[in-house]
Amino acid sequence: MAEMAAEGKQPEILFWVGCAGSFDERAQKITRDICKILNYVGISFAVLGTEESCTGDPAKRAGNEFLFQMQAMTNIQVLDGYHIKKIVTGCPHCFNTIKNEYPGLGGNYEVIHHSQLIQQLIDEGKLKAEGGESFKGKRITYHDPCYLGRGNNVYEAPRKALEILDTELVEMKRCKSNGLCCGAGGGQMFKEPEKGTKDINIERMSDVLESKAQIVAAACPFCMTMLSDGVKHENKEQEIQVLDIAEITVRANGL
Amino acid sequence: MIAQILFIIILAAAVYLFSKNAGKIRRNILLGKDTDRSDNPALRWKTMAKIALGQTKMVKRPVAAVMHFFIYVGFIIINLEVMEIMIDGIFGSHRIFSKPLGSLYGLLIGGFEILAVLVLTACVVFLARRNIVRLKRFSGTEMTEWPRSDANYILIIEILLMTAFLTMNAADHKLQLLNFGHYIKAGSFPVSHFVGNLLPGNADSLEIIERGCWWFHIIGILAFLNYLPYSKHFHILLAFPNTYYSNLNPKGEFTNMATVTNEVKAMMDPSFVPETSAEPMRFGAKDVTDLTWKNLMEAYTCTECGRCTSVCPANQMGKLLSPRKIMMDTRDRITEVGNNIDKHGKDHQDGKALLDNYITREELWACTTCNACTEACPVNINPLEIITEMRRYIVMEESQAPASLNNMFGNVENNGAPWKYSNADRFNWKERS
Repeated sequence: MAEMAAEGKQPEILFWVGCAGSFDERAQKITRDICKILNYVGISFAVLGTEESCTGDPAKRAGNEFLFQMQAMTNIQVLDGYHIKKIVTGCPHCFNTIKNEYPGLGGNYEVIHHSQLIQQLIDEGKLKAEGGESFKGKRITYHDPCYLGRGNNVYEAPRKALEILDTELVEMKRCKSNGLCCGAGGGQMFKEPEKGTKDINIERMSDVLESKAQIVAAACPFCMTMLSDGVKHENKEQEIQVLDIAEITVRANGL
Repeated sequence: MIAQILFIIILAAAVYLFSKNAGKIRRNILLGKDTDRSDNPALRWKTMAKIALGQTKMVKRPVAAVMHFFIYVGFIIINLEVMEIMIDGIFGSHRIFSKPLGSLYGLLIGGFEILAVLVLTACVVFLARRNIVRLKRFSGTEMTEWPRSDANYILIIEILLMTAFLTMNAADHKLQLLNFGHYIKAGSFPVSHFVGNLLPGNADSLEIIERGCWWFHIIGILAFLNYLPYSKHFHILLAFPNTYYSNLNPKGEFTNMATVTNEVKAMMDPSFVPETSAEPMRFGAKDVTDLTWKNLMEAYTCTECGRCTSVCPANQMGKLLSPRKIMMDTRDRITEVGNNIDKHGKDHQDGKALLDNYITREELWACTTCNACTEACPVNINPLEIITEMRRYIVMEESQAPASLNNMFGNVENNGAPWKYSNADRFNWKERS
């Protein structure tokens, strides 16, 4: 972003990568795939790079409002400094925080999740499922991230990205507003679970297995980690792949 | 005449006692902190119409939805009949609506009877679900003796009231056929004329039965009214204001604490002067009075149906957290605080608090903030907000977050990411393409 600003250019959209998208090896791949999609359709975009910082989401959910607001206000200063108007992000937590909680602190942007961007591009005819890997005959199911689904009522956009594939889309028993959490939210990703009989992501695997899906589509880097761990736990790595909506789109278009 | 005076005294006492106890609940709710829910009245009315009046969130569980609908419609519509009973009781009249309503009256009474049967059926099914089938949703650590009995009492009272109503009609119908006394031919009795076969034939016994059931029914209703403030059944009243004052923002959005905003602004810009508030403040909630009046209203609205707990991922995994318990604990504690005020005056401290005395930290830290509980609640109760407020207290006032979360806070503060990665490496994802 700094480079673009130095050249006096303004991107159409800012891609908010998020901490997972920046540091988590699996999520980094999704980050690169989102960039591929943006490049493919010719949207000019920028990333903040080292100027980006945690939105404060995990701190806020865990009760540390101070830390959250410090992060938020710092980020808002950076974003406003670059006159950012529109943001796309690959993380439902960043999406929810910037979209819903930053306005109250003075940060007003149009924020979309990458699944919504993909839906828009499909609707505009700029993205199809052509020229890449065929998903024909594969059973795909979609896991709703809490902060995209229940949190912000985005249920259809990610499904749209899957509907254009020539494939069999199946729903899990608990889906959409009834979707079961992957277990990572609310700060759980960063702490040991409380005592219980089972881990939540393992419970979610029973829904995945029941759906007989070969591909579980995710739209959140934290769900990605939890679901992948669940598949590993069940020793189903050969049979079941966990892929982000962006990865599926990139593969289907051979990008 | 004596009967009329007696009726008026009982009615007045019942209304007085109910207003007093309902007033106490109102007072208790207003012990909560202020929060503004006066915006967007049009959408609020719509939400209330849809969710409380239209019961749209009940349909996710169809059996319960249909049965509950019978009782709900029965309750509301049979109240028209109760109005007539009240007027008859005060003025000593009998079936006063029958003349002005003409043939419509027969239709109404007939309709009430059919509804009464539906209510009876639903109550029996509900009793069976709780006591014979023993649905998992109705058990759990918080479902101790009293909440279980409370549910059964409500259903049994409703069964008794409906039975009395039908028996009263049956006796009345038979007396009408005998042209006895003031029992004018009025109403239609599609259900109770079957019950009539079980009743004696002579007019005197019939009159005793009719009067007996009439008094039992109306005193039962007034007693039930006074039971409400002590019971989860209070939801029949609070469901309406509670949905009116619903959170209209996206569920993922948590409140931004204005007090914190002031401090952060002052920290980032030394020239910033916040509007000072004289009141010493506490971050987050340790006790019920740190919560908002809306949180407390929700606690009194909760009817302990357990939909929240049954969809809670933490609860399903055998963890201590149960969103229903959060609401019940909040209600029990604010009731206790209210009782203390009544007994010992406004400033009494009992040395107890919602945190630790009612809700343990282990429960609070098990929440994934997934919003399944708020989505499931048929009357838009939000246990998550209480959990968050209590976490805020633990973190910001006590600095007692679990060690692993403190590490995460440290990382966010120092590296701008929840993990221990250097911020300089944030753009490294680009290299590996």
